[in-house]
Amino acid sequence: MQQEAELMAGSAASDTLQAAAAHAAPHGEENIFAELLHHVQDAPKLETPFGYLYLPQFEPVEILGMSIDFSITKHVVFLWFAAALLCLTAVVVARRIARQRVPSGFSNMVEAMALYVRDEIALYTMGARGLQYTPYLLTTFFFILLMNLLGLIPYGATSTSNVNVTAGLAIIAFLMIQASAIRAQGVRHYLAHLTGGVHWALWPIMVPIEIIGLFTKPFALCVRLFANMNGGHIVIVSLIGLIFLFRSYLVAIAPASFVVGILFLEMFVALLQAYIFTMLTATFMGLGMAEAEHDGQGAHA
Amino acid sequence: MDAIGLGYLAAGIGAALTIIGAGHGIGKLAAAAMEASGRQPEVAGPVRTSMLIAAALIEGVTFFSLAICIILATK
Repeated sequence: MQQEAELMAGSAASDTLQAAAAHAAPHGEENIFAELLHHVQDAPKLETPFGYLYLPQFEPVEILGMSIDFSITKHVVFLWFAAALLCLTAVVVARRIARQRVPSGFSNMVEAMALYVRDEIALYTMGARGLQYTPYLLTTFFFILLMNLLGLIPYGATSTSNVNVTAGLAIIAFLMIQASAIRAQGVRHYLAHLTGGVHWALWPIMVPIEIIGLFTKPFALCVRLFANMNGGHIVIVSLIGLIFLFRSYLVAIAPASFVVGILFLEMFVALLQAYIFTMLTATFMGLGMAEAEHDGQGAHA
Repeated sequence: MDAIGLGYLAAGIGAALTIIGAGHGIGKLAAAAMEASGRQPEVAGPVRTSMLIAAALIEGVTFFSLAICIILATK
């Protein structure tokens, strides 16, 4: 149910954009906004300096009454690329640090970021227990960061601007949040918390609210990452579209310089959203664990 | 004005109200955080972290409401 809602919101968003783009050029002109938006959206082909590279497409597969499309698209390729790059970077940096003892250059930068995630995110939100969840948080942080940054290089695509990718990340975060809470509190306390610690007469109201509360947190994570990464690209498309709308070289100067500024902002947003996703996941995990410390009938977040 | 026009109008006004609320909320939050770290620079780090978490939560609610506006505009 959660998934369907997320997917609906995503397709609704792209439908709106296309509808808006269709309205933008009503008088039979070439539809420049729709044309430009194709570069932001998912596509069955890769853009290269030498033309389009078409990717293998498959027929949708019927599983349990749902038709699932396993076709490889631009975002899938960049998702894999980010994963491969992450593995390569991690192995190379780990070997270099093991050999050098005092890291320098690139490995120093990666080590500083990894230490920040461990000390300021995992240990800060979960205390000593955070150490066993640090590998998950590190993977999330660097994977999202790489996917965000790959969208900023020429001919690249931002996988995280696809709602299905962020939904997948949010499902993993949801499982981690629940698993860490159950592990810290035990199943009985975990279920007792779903009643909110109120009188049993209020349970029919309290239990559904608490269960919805479990799902809204990862849903917000999913939509936040998707909307932030998509939003920046759409601002850039709109600014570049202005050049084609006015058809003048003189006008091009202003949007182009704005776009440069927005691209710098996007580099910051790429880092910030990776940090926010990791930090919020860790905070929610920490909340679930903190409830283990106090008695099961108390007030809680 | 027909029903579809009213729907678009509602989506636009809804998005605008959402942004007003979110901007006001995050603005107040940032102002308080900066005041706090100005008075006590030694706690600037934890204040910044809590500010980012609270800002992200406000942002999350904002996106919920914006999603409703988008669905309204596509109906």
